[in-house]
Amino acid sequence: MFKNLLTSAVFAGVAVGVIAAVLQFWLVTPLLLEGELYETGARVHFSVGGSTQSDAGHPALFTDPMRDLMSIGFNMVTFTAFALFLAIGFALTERGGHEVTARKGLIWGIAAFIAVQLAPAMGLPPELPGTVAADVELRQIWWICTVLATAVGLGLIAFGSTLAGIGGAALIVSPHIVGAPHLDTYFGVAAPELSAHFATASLGTSAVAWALLGLFTATLWVKFKDS
Amino acid sequence: MNDVKTATLNATATQTTDMSLVSILGAAALGLSLLFAAGFAQASVMHDTAHDQRHAMAFPCH
Repeated sequence: MFKNLLTSAVFAGVAVGVIAAVLQFWLVTPLLLEGELYETGARVHFSVGGSTQSDAGHPALFTDPMRDLMSIGFNMVTFTAFALFLAIGFALTERGGHEVTARKGLIWGIAAFIAVQLAPAMGLPPELPGTVAADVELRQIWWICTVLATAVGLGLIAFGSTLAGIGGAALIVSPHIVGAPHLDTYFGVAAPELSAHFATASLGTSAVAWALLGLFTATLWVKFKDS
Repeated sequence: MNDVKTATLNATATQTTDMSLVSILGAAALGLSLLFAAGFAQASVMHDTAHDQRHAMAFPCH
């Protein structure tokens, strides 16, 4: 069982880690590097004669191969960790008498995207480098509670009774009623258009990666179990 | 004889259940360690090397 969990997760996690890195290099990294121009002060918004104008455009990509290799490596590690949790989910639902298929895996991946990326992003949006935000520990606590509440809530909706499903929906809403930790001042140095685009590009690429992670992990889980 | 067989089967079933629970707990511990190292460890060397990926995945890491 442990071997099946590990092999499904590692193969799926490494493959999706590479795909996620490619998607990030294409859609996210240019915005991130552009954000760093504002973080370092190389480019300034809102300061020249009260004008809100600043140049758009990102610096050259792939100028630091080690940095890019690290991004690929950490994507592999992160998605392998996430794939382990998906595989654990498959093992637990099979114990409960539910069949796991590749198509169901895809749905699991999309649900996990909602739990791990989309729901926390509603309170704590993906941040460009240089963004000033509330105390990191408070944000981490809210992030973890939101991920857990959303995951358990979606699980209750998917596998529980009608009453449990209603409880699950309430659980999903609860962290947003409490509210994410925020500052009472705005500090943004980057152009708002850039921050907004970074947030949507980050979420969009993560959605694709998570859907593929669910599909790949379930496909391998079924394959290794039968072999 | 049948009692012995049933008892053995039950013992095997319990053992399988226990082993799969141990596997699940082991996999969860491994997953949490990897996730902590990749997404949350505050050591500056970890933070700098994982920087772009952490921002892209929206981990609240600093």
